[in-house]
Amino acid sequence: MLNKNIYLILIISLVFAISFWIGFNVNLLPAEASINAPIYDELFKILFIIGLIIFIGMTIAVIYSLFKFRKRNDQIGDGIALEGNLSLEIVWTIIPSIIVLLIGLYSYNIYDRMGGMKELNHNHEMMSSNSEKIWAGISQNSDNEIAINNLSIEVSAMQFAFLFNYPKGNFISGELHVPVDQKVSMKMESKDVIHAFWVPEFRIKQDIIPGQPTILNFTPTKVGKYPIICAELCGPYHGGMRASIIVEEESDYNEWFNKNKKPEVNL
Amino acid sequence: MTILIDPQKTNNESLQPKGWLRYFSFSLDHKVIGIQYLVCGFLFYLIGGTLASAIRIELASPMSDFMPRDVYNQVLTLHGTIMIFLWIVPVVNGAFGNYLIPFYVGARDMAFPRLNAVAFWLIPPSGLMLVASYFVEGAAQAGWTAYPPLSITTPQSGQIIWILSVLLLGGSSIFGGINFIATIIKLRRPGLKLMQLPMYCWAMLGTSLLVVLSTPVLAGTLILLSFDIIANTGFFNPVLGGNVVVYQHLFWFYSHPAVYIMVLPAFGLVSEILPVHARKPLFGYTTMVFSIMGIVVLGLVVWAHHMFTSGTPPWMRLFFTIATAFIAVPTGIKFFNWVATLWGGKISINSAMLFSCGFIINFVFGGITGVALAQVPFDIHVHDTYFVVAHFHYIVYGGTVFIIFSSIYHWFPKVIGKMLNEKLGILHFIITFIGFNLCFAPQHWLGLNGMPRRVAEYDPQFQFVNQISSLGALLMAISTIPFLINVFLSARNGKNAGDNPWNALTPEWLTSSPPPVENWEGEAPLVKEPYGYGKQFSEQK
Repeated sequence: MLNKNIYLILIISLVFAISFWIGFNVNLLPAEASINAPIYDELFKILFIIGLIIFIGMTIAVIYSLFKFRKRNDQIGDGIALEGNLSLEIVWTIIPSIIVLLIGLYSYNIYDRMGGMKELNHNHEMMSSNSEKIWAGISQNSDNEIAINNLSIEVSAMQFAFLFNYPKGNFISGELHVPVDQKVSMKMESKDVIHAFWVPEFRIKQDIIPGQPTILNFTPTKVGKYPIICAELCGPYHGGMRASIIVEEESDYNEWFNKNKKPEVNL
Repeated sequence: MTILIDPQKTNNESLQPKGWLRYFSFSLDHKVIGIQYLVCGFLFYLIGGTLASAIRIELASPMSDFMPRDVYNQVLTLHGTIMIFLWIVPVVNGAFGNYLIPFYVGARDMAFPRLNAVAFWLIPPSGLMLVASYFVEGAAQAGWTAYPPLSITTPQSGQIIWILSVLLLGGSSIFGGINFIATIIKLRRPGLKLMQLPMYCWAMLGTSLLVVLSTPVLAGTLILLSFDIIANTGFFNPVLGGNVVVYQHLFWFYSHPAVYIMVLPAFGLVSEILPVHARKPLFGYTTMVFSIMGIVVLGLVVWAHHMFTSGTPPWMRLFFTIATAFIAVPTGIKFFNWVATLWGGKISINSAMLFSCGFIINFVFGGITGVALAQVPFDIHVHDTYFVVAHFHYIVYGGTVFIIFSSIYHWFPKVIGKMLNEKLGILHFIITFIGFNLCFAPQHWLGLNGMPRRVAEYDPQFQFVNQISSLGALLMAISTIPFLINVFLSARNGKNAGDNPWNALTPEWLTSSPPPVENWEGEAPLVKEPYGYGKQFSEQK
């Protein structure tokens, strides 16, 4: 009996060790290029490790049972008439409940750190002239920060392109240029069907909905060129609906901005 | 007003053809209807599988070069719709439900045999109509979710035929659901208590409740959508002031429970198969029943987790995260109980057992990615990517379809009276298991790294992993060959099965194989312990 328990403890610790090793050493995610990304990857790592422990554990249990309790040729009759074990069943109700609850609270914390729980009540007065209702995606910024933030961009999506309007410079670009380490706030609206704005390296996504503006805020942290991908089926060329986001040093960004800037036209 | 139909009179010999012809007739026999569902479903599975192969061929190269882009969207729409509404839902509910439930409750037929036949005969015409819409003006191309405004702006005839077809299939599903509830509650043999029923009855009771509660919502939604398309109303059309997100709420109010409509019956079937081949009672019957009902209740309040990137307020995202994650608890109980059922048994390693164990392993994997997807911050990155595609194929293929095959290996001797060939069966399992995992496991990585779903072209850096996935799909297609050979050869020349080849205790085995029209020659047996393995033996000795 003691021997059996030692084997069990050994196997369980081995499963934990393997899961932790894989969780910390195997990277399944793309580069981290926004403030959100490391927070996301932290959640991913935790979920990955817990998932691996459960998956490897269950797989071992199934394969071990198939092997250990397989019917030998000379055997007849049935297995033991074990119809249940209440205390065992209570254990495997309560432990998963606790794990699930902890994961839920933890992911709430992650979501809060990403800025998902911040209300954006004041934004729409600033972002748009009429008092339309705006739905928010993730927001890194509090309201005051947006007020002093100088980079707000209007995104419009259509079959099959994104257009980025820089109101301060009075121009529209097909490429999204943003300075590194600065908060960016985007108000997005679709001209036809539902699209989505996704930058895998930023770990953010928000649908762009016709008749219903949405807001997405982010802060890029790494200079580079990243794809903007439409993630919502929007028609035949959906797979080709891509744009680029170019994160550059502030001086480079200002140069680009001033080159494209147009004077205000007074009608 | 109720009309009691005596099954003896309804099975009037002059009206009901004999032999193989009865499978093409408006038969009222629940066993015939069950087989009709299964064979019809399998034919649509072959069509859906062909479409899946076309998708994987297109995705073997990063360019859109195999078929035109709009045809690709039609193919993926038809693939999803056919696999869900014409293969999985009719087979796990209609086929096995019709065949087994009357046996399990000790009845000679379903509660409403005519409604039952109507429910089946709605399926072939609506399925053919759906496939035929491709040849009219092109099939629907807005995905199986048919989100407006895309579904309003794409060619109308295909979308309208799609709506009509799904409405008819939904109707068929509701008829079936009502019939199962009535049969399980009202047609039980005297002396048989609810808590003595085999687990599949509980699974079908829960599933049918979900069908009856949520399918009408889909029907209403699709009717409103069809008004938007043909009558220029503005329920969901933003140009006319409609709200597209309302459609998503209504659609997912049905379509998330639809996932449970597809997996709960599979949970029931595996609960029948494992005890027989492990020679052990089902572990924790009572907790299994409560966990089914827990899944039914929770399954109705989680729909918005499909909409975390649409416009949803923060509190709603949080509520649906917690509710969704909690489904893992009753589901987890079931999986622990199944492993405990295997533990200490005398397990026959045969095709039915292997497919059931494959189901456990695949579904645990899909369940884990499901709990991850329920977390808002996690979902925001991978929503609408191949990660989600991989997740739900682990649930519906690695889960339910594995159980459909397991069930065919388990009940084929009962239906035909011949055994299936075990060597071909194990070959079928090995190719399916390897092919399935090769096809879908790499797709998780694709989704995490930036490949959205429903695309005909993609970033060339993903080509190698996509080709691995396509290779897996090829293996899955090949795996159908040994299965079909096995079924046709065994039905003709298979080893005679006898009445009860597995020495099972559930009531369908306590009659001849194949069973007579009236299910039992004499009175229906009273089986109070459908899982009394081990006990029965010691009592007999």
